[in-house]
Amino acid sequence: MSFLTVAFAALFYAATLLLVVGLARRIRLYWKTPAPLKIPTTPAPTTTGGVVLRMFREVVFFESLFKGAKWTWLFGWVFHMALFAVLFRHLRYFQEPVWGVVVWTSPLIKYLAFAMVIGLLGLLGRRIFVDRVRYISAPSDYLMLFLLLGVGISGALTTFVAHTDVVAVKSFFRHLMTFNFETMPNLPVDPLIIVHLGLVALLMIVFPISKLLHAPGVFFSPTRNQVDNPREQRHIVEWARKLER
Amino acid sequence: MAKAEFEIPDLKEYPEVPPVQPGSMAHSKPFVAKNPKFMEPLGYPAELVDDWQEKAIEHMGELLGKYRSLQVFLDACVKCGACTDKCHYYLGTQDPKNMPVARQDLLRKVYRRYFTFAGKYFPRLVGAADLTEDVLEDWYSYFHQCSQCRRCSVFCPYGIDTAEISMAAREIMDRIGLGQKYCNEIIGKVFKIGNNLGLPEPALADTLEGLEEDVVDDTGVEVKYPLDQKGADILLVTPSADFFAEPHVDGLIGYGKVFHEAGVSWTLSSKASEAANFGMFIGSYENMRRISLRIREAALELGVKRIIFGECGHAWRVAYSFLNTLAGPFDFLDSNYPVPQHILEFTWGEIQKGTLKIDKSANDHMVVTFHDSCNVARATRMGDEPGGQFIVPRNVIKAVCNNFVDMDPDTIHEKTFCCGGGGGLLTDDLMELRVKGAKPRMEALRNVIEERGVTNMAAICAICKSQFTKVLPYYGMGMDMIVSVHQLVSEAIVLTGQDAGDDEQEDSTEDVA
Repeated sequence: MSFLTVAFAALFYAATLLLVVGLARRIRLYWKTPAPLKIPTTPAPTTTGGVVLRMFREVVFFESLFKGAKWTWLFGWVFHMALFAVLFRHLRYFQEPVWGVVVWTSPLIKYLAFAMVIGLLGLLGRRIFVDRVRYISAPSDYLMLFLLLGVGISGALTTFVAHTDVVAVKSFFRHLMTFNFETMPNLPVDPLIIVHLGLVALLMIVFPISKLLHAPGVFFSPTRNQVDNPREQRHIVEWARKLER
Repeated sequence: MAKAEFEIPDLKEYPEVPPVQPGSMAHSKPFVAKNPKFMEPLGYPAELVDDWQEKAIEHMGELLGKYRSLQVFLDACVKCGACTDKCHYYLGTQDPKNMPVARQDLLRKVYRRYFTFAGKYFPRLVGAADLTEDVLEDWYSYFHQCSQCRRCSVFCPYGIDTAEISMAAREIMDRIGLGQKYCNEIIGKVFKIGNNLGLPEPALADTLEGLEEDVVDDTGVEVKYPLDQKGADILLVTPSADFFAEPHVDGLIGYGKVFHEAGVSWTLSSKASEAANFGMFIGSYENMRRISLRIREAALELGVKRIIFGECGHAWRVAYSFLNTLAGPFDFLDSNYPVPQHILEFTWGEIQKGTLKIDKSANDHMVVTFHDSCNVARATRMGDEPGGQFIVPRNVIKAVCNNFVDMDPDTIHEKTFCCGGGGGLLTDDLMELRVKGAKPRMEALRNVIEERGVTNMAAICAICKSQFTKVLPYYGMGMDMIVSVHQLVSEAIVLTGQDAGDDEQEDSTEDVA
C-alpha cells in the first residue's frame, strides 16, 4: 500500500471516530440539559403531533428562515437540499450492490452539484456584500463556506471534468468499511480526489466543534420543540423541583 | 413635540433597513444598582465582587447546565443574518450590536473562549474572546438594550431566542454584583410591600374606593372593586399601574364592570397586588418563583376558585407559561377553568354568552387599531386555539367598537414590534433607547393614522401603555391616543340599571406623568 493510501485510511478512521463520538457527546449533552420553562415561540402547536409537524416544516422547508430572509432562504435551502441529494447519490460509492433508486436517480442528481455550489456562492456573496451580515461574520464563517465550496467544486470536477478512477476509490472505502486491509487497493494519485477526500475528512472533523452543530441543535431547540400546553400540564424539571423542598 | 437631547428617527412611509453605525448606542446604560438595599434582598452581592471574572464564568457554566435553551442557542447559530434586521432597537438605533445575533455574540464569544475546543485553541478564528472589563461593559450596555420581545426568534431557523441569552447575561451580571437599579429596586418593593409601585394596602383600598365613587358618578350604578375579600370566586391579579396610571386605570374600571355584569364575585389581593414579575427580566428563576408564590399564597388565603390576570404583557407570559411550573400545582382551584385565565378570555366568554349589554356607538368617536404586545403575541396563548392571543383581543375590540383597523401585517400578530420599553427598560435613564426603539411601531401607527384615519391605539400591557404615553409626543403624536382594551369595553358596556341617555363622552384630561 502506498503512503497516501495508509494516510487516508488513518485519516478517515480518525475523522469518522471524531465525528461520531463528538456528535454523540454533544447530542447527549443537549439531551441531558433540562429545559426548566415552557418557552415555545407562539403561536405553537398544542399537541405532540403538531410539534412533529412544526419541526418537519422547519427542518425540511426552513419555515422560519423563509419568513425572515427570502434570499438567504433561497440560497440556503437550495444548498442544503442539493447537498442531501448529492450525499444520497454518494451511496453508490459505498454500497455493494447499489440500491436501484440510487442507480436510477444518479444521472440526474449529479447536476445538483451545480445547485449546491450556486447556493454556497449566494451565501458567500451575502456575507461579503450585506453590511449587517459582514459585521457578524468571523473568519470561521468564511472558511466554512470555502470548505464546503472546496468539497463541492472538487467533487463536481471529478464528475464532469477529469474522471478519477472511481472503481479504485470505491474499493478503497469498501475495504475501509469492512476493516479488510489485505487486499486494499491504492488510492489513485489524482490531486482532485485527494483534495476532495481531504476536505471531506476535515469537514467531518470540525463538524462537532463548529457551528455545524446547528444540525442536531435544531431538534433540541425549546422554542421549536415544545408543546404549548403549560396550563394543562405542569412542566417541572429536577433542579427546579428541589427548590420546592 | 417633546424635547430631546438626541435625534428622533424619521418615520418613513415604507420601512427600510438602515446601514450599520458601529458604537452609536455604546453610551446607553441604565443606572447600576449601587445601593446594597437593591441587591441584597434578591440574593445578590451588594457590589461588583473582586473575582468577578472567575465568578462570571462559573455562573455561566452553571446556567449552561440548567438551561437547554442557552446551551443549544450558543452552539447552533450559523450567523445566517436572518435576524439582523428584525430588532426594533437595531432599526431605531443602527447600532450593529443591537442586531440579535451580534447581541448574542457578546455572550457567545465568551462562551466559546471558555467552554469550547475551537474557542480555547483558535480564539481568533471563531471570534472567541476573553471576558475583559470592556466585554463586561458591553454586556451591561447591550443586554440592557434588549426588551426580550422574541421577535428575532420568530425568524431564526433554529428558533434562537435572544431573550434567553439576555436573561442569562443579566443573571450572570447580577450574581457578580452588577445589577440594574430599575428592575432590582422594583423586585425589592414587591418583596417588601407587594407591588412594583410600593403601594401599601391602605393606599390600594383608598384608590379602589375612589374608583367605585367614579363609577357611581358616571353611571349611577354601584360597581364594587373589592380588596382582600375572602371567599370570592375570582382572584384578579393585575399590574399595579392599573391602580392609578392613565390609561391603565380605565382598563381596571372596565374589568370591574365586566365582573359586575357577569354576576361573579371577585377580589383583588393586597398581598398579590402586582401581576408584573420582573424576575423574568433579570433571568432569575429563583426571584421569579418567589414573586409567583405570592399569588399562590393569596389564592389559598382568600379561598378563591379561579385566578384571572389583568392586561399586562410579560405578566401574562409568566402567568400563562410559567405560573403552573413556578407556583403550581393549582389543584385547589376549580378545574373547570384554565389556571390562570386572561381577563380578555373572560370578557370574550361573557360577550359570547350575551351577558353583557353593549352599546358600540359609545366608541364611535374613535377609529381604533391594536398593538399586539410582544410577550402576549410570541410567548402565550388565549383561548384553545394557537393564535388565540391575536384573535381574542381583536374580537373583544370589534364587539365594542365599530371602527377597527389593523396596522401593516408585518408589524402585527407574531411579527409585532415591541413598544420599545419592555424587558425592564421602562426607565427614564434609557429614554433615548426607548424613543428610538419605538420607531418601527410609531412608523406603522403613523401610516394607519394617515391612510385609515386611526385615532387611537389599544394595548393590553401596562408597560406598552406607559411607554407609548411617554414616547408618542416625541414623534408628534398625542399621548392620550393610547387606550386600554378594557377601557373600550368600559365605555361601551351598558350596566344594568344605568341611567338612560347618560352616554356622555369622556373628557380628555391630560395630566399624565
